[in-house]
Amino acid sequence: MQHAMPPQQFALEIHGLCKSFDRLAVDGLELKVRKGEFYALLGPNGAGKTTTLRMVAGLLRPDAGSIRVGGVDALADPVGAKQIMAWISDEPMIYDKLTPREYLEFVAGLWGIAPDVAEARAQELLSWLDLSAQANERCEGFSKGMRQKVALAGALVHEPRVIILDEPLTGLDAGSARQVKSVLRQRVNAGGTIVMTTHILEVAERMADRIGVIAHGKLIAEGTLDELRIAANKGASVGPSQNVTLEDTFLTLVAEQAQAA
Amino acid sequence: MTAAPGTTVWFARHESRLAWRDWLSMITAGRRERLRRVVIAILIFATFMHFVAYWMVGRYADAVVDRSMLVTISGTILLSWLLMVSQAMESMTRAFYSRSDLDLILASPVAASKLFAIRIATIAIGMATMAMPLAAPFINVLIALGGWRWLGAYGLIVAMGATAAALAVGLTVALFRLIGPKRTRLIAQIVAAVIGAAFVIGLQVAAILSYGTISRVAVLQSQAVVAHAPGLDSLVWWPARAAIGDIIPLIGVLALSLALLGLAIVLVSPRFGEYALVAAGTGNFSNSASRRQATFRAASPQGALRRKEWMLLRRDPWLVSQTLMQMLYLIPPAVLLWHSFDDGNGAYALLVPVLVMAAGQLAGGLAWLAISGEDAPDLVATAPVPSSFILRAKVEAVLGVIAVVFTPLLAVLAFASLWHALVAACGIIIATTAATSIQLWFRSQAKRSQFRRRQVSSRVATFAEAFSSIGWAATAAVASASLVLAIAPAILASLVVLGARFMAPRQS
Repeated sequence: MQHAMPPQQFALEIHGLCKSFDRLAVDGLELKVRKGEFYALLGPNGAGKTTTLRMVAGLLRPDAGSIRVGGVDALADPVGAKQIMAWISDEPMIYDKLTPREYLEFVAGLWGIAPDVAEARAQELLSWLDLSAQANERCEGFSKGMRQKVALAGALVHEPRVIILDEPLTGLDAGSARQVKSVLRQRVNAGGTIVMTTHILEVAERMADRIGVIAHGKLIAEGTLDELRIAANKGASVGPSQNVTLEDTFLTLVAEQAQAA
Repeated sequence: MTAAPGTTVWFARHESRLAWRDWLSMITAGRRERLRRVVIAILIFATFMHFVAYWMVGRYADAVVDRSMLVTISGTILLSWLLMVSQAMESMTRAFYSRSDLDLILASPVAASKLFAIRIATIAIGMATMAMPLAAPFINVLIALGGWRWLGAYGLIVAMGATAAALAVGLTVALFRLIGPKRTRLIAQIVAAVIGAAFVIGLQVAAILSYGTISRVAVLQSQAVVAHAPGLDSLVWWPARAAIGDIIPLIGVLALSLALLGLAIVLVSPRFGEYALVAAGTGNFSNSASRRQATFRAASPQGALRRKEWMLLRRDPWLVSQTLMQMLYLIPPAVLLWHSFDDGNGAYALLVPVLVMAAGQLAGGLAWLAISGEDAPDLVATAPVPSSFILRAKVEAVLGVIAVVFTPLLAVLAFASLWHALVAACGIIIATTAATSIQLWFRSQAKRSQFRRRQVSSRVATFAEAFSSIGWAATAAVASASLVLAIAPAILASLVVLGARFMAPRQS
């Protein structure tokens, strides 16, 4: 399904990635995400999505395999890979005793961004995410949505080329979710790459350029929504229909994989 | 036999199961396979403590009861009891402010007051249970050498646990009503620490001002105190008499303490849920707006990390109170320094180990906050900085605070005695490095708000940190008199640190 492309066209390349805990979590995963692509990674609970993304972000060490981020070998040169990457998890980890502005200043310091550049970006991001009014308030009283927006601003303040998001919309209200989606889409339009796991299939359906389905630590299907529909309907008596939702397609693919296993 | 759901017995069984598993997890650091080794280690330690107890109190087993003895026993009981009250207040504050299963219980149709009655009783039992292992070697030795009458000391511990819990419940609820739920959490912690430390510090300050020594025993055994003590038949001595097995005082003290605990349970448990709900409604934040900062400041990644650590520490009064509470114990040496400034005598030698010990303990707490208590671990781990740089920056942040706290004290000491200041400075540097290293080796990710639970995460780290600080304090004390003699304690302290390194889990 993957079109032949020169390696530099890929923002993320994963080969033979393996990770075991008490059981095998990721089993020889192969995955390629193109530059400027919005890629959604779907899968049932325990499929290995978060483990995969945590290995990409440098938060877990793989047992085997290779990861390249923007052409940089993330295992041989983790600092180089981290320089161009950002990670956001479903649980926004920010400092209660810092204000959003101070948080962004700290993140900019970690990524070595010049203060004047970082400040301009911080103001822009706080404005985009509707956080300007709270920019100088400590985060300790913030709602989950506001905290997630602060975390997102932190991820974007150093202008990463690859953004890794693990369930970023979990627990957000409709308004906050729309703001986050809008900012992410703008980042992709500007040439950034986003790799995101989500349980909200409607988000993947609407936002993702390509979707990967992972089960038992392996990529079992990948492609655009139409390509996935075709894959799910292989062997079925009727052909793919535009009325078939991603949920139907996803459940069919996972069920087929379970039967095959 | 199973109790009907929702009854007091059913809740008691539920609580005891949770407490048992919590305790098991605490002593094994969550690894059940360690249980056998832990039990063996406890038995060895208990045997050792019995020898220590024999050496310390063996000669008093058959001593004649006089006012001097009663003053010493009463002072020891009062000191231990105040520490129990302090711990009980901490437990009560946690019970009010920690959500854990309160939402489930308050949302259920059972009478929550029954559970809260059990929880207050559990605090009393917890206080007594906590004191038992510490007191048991001493009581056992006294029983073996002085007869069964000393069994009364165990009864006294039960009474102390009950009264400590009752008083803690009363004080916490009073604070809750007096200053409101928002401030109670912080103030209760401070009051608890002050109660725990005040008696020791008070005795030490009195000893310094009266006798020029830091030993609190000097006051308790002084002629002045014994002369002003009440007669042997006074009710004041009932706790001490209960400890040595006088049956009437023992029954009296036990009955009174259990009645106090019962009263606290009857009065507070029906309203406990209400207090907990109010506490939950306040949150633990000030939501204060910070002064708008003009521009972003330039900083290297390490500089940004150091600045962040200092800012977070400065802005969290609860953490500051928890961490700097250990500084209360610096008051007596500071008084001693002030009192002996012109004397030029050997009093400075007493200061050196206290400073070293305090630095080691403070460094351990701060190192835990900086290294393990990272609230955004993923952010820091995904920053484009080698992990060794991150750890170094955090260690520098800890050392910075230690330098700020101890440099003024060392400077004053240097004016009085350059040699003692030099030894203290070396001791502080070594004890700080050792405590920080131990926290580094035993690091495990946690929230800063779990600071109070840090000692539970690894018993080995907790003991290693304490023994290391004690070892380096002893080394510094001996070194201030003779460098050659200091080699032995220095080797012992080094072995503690090396042992911790050897036992530390492998970091991924």
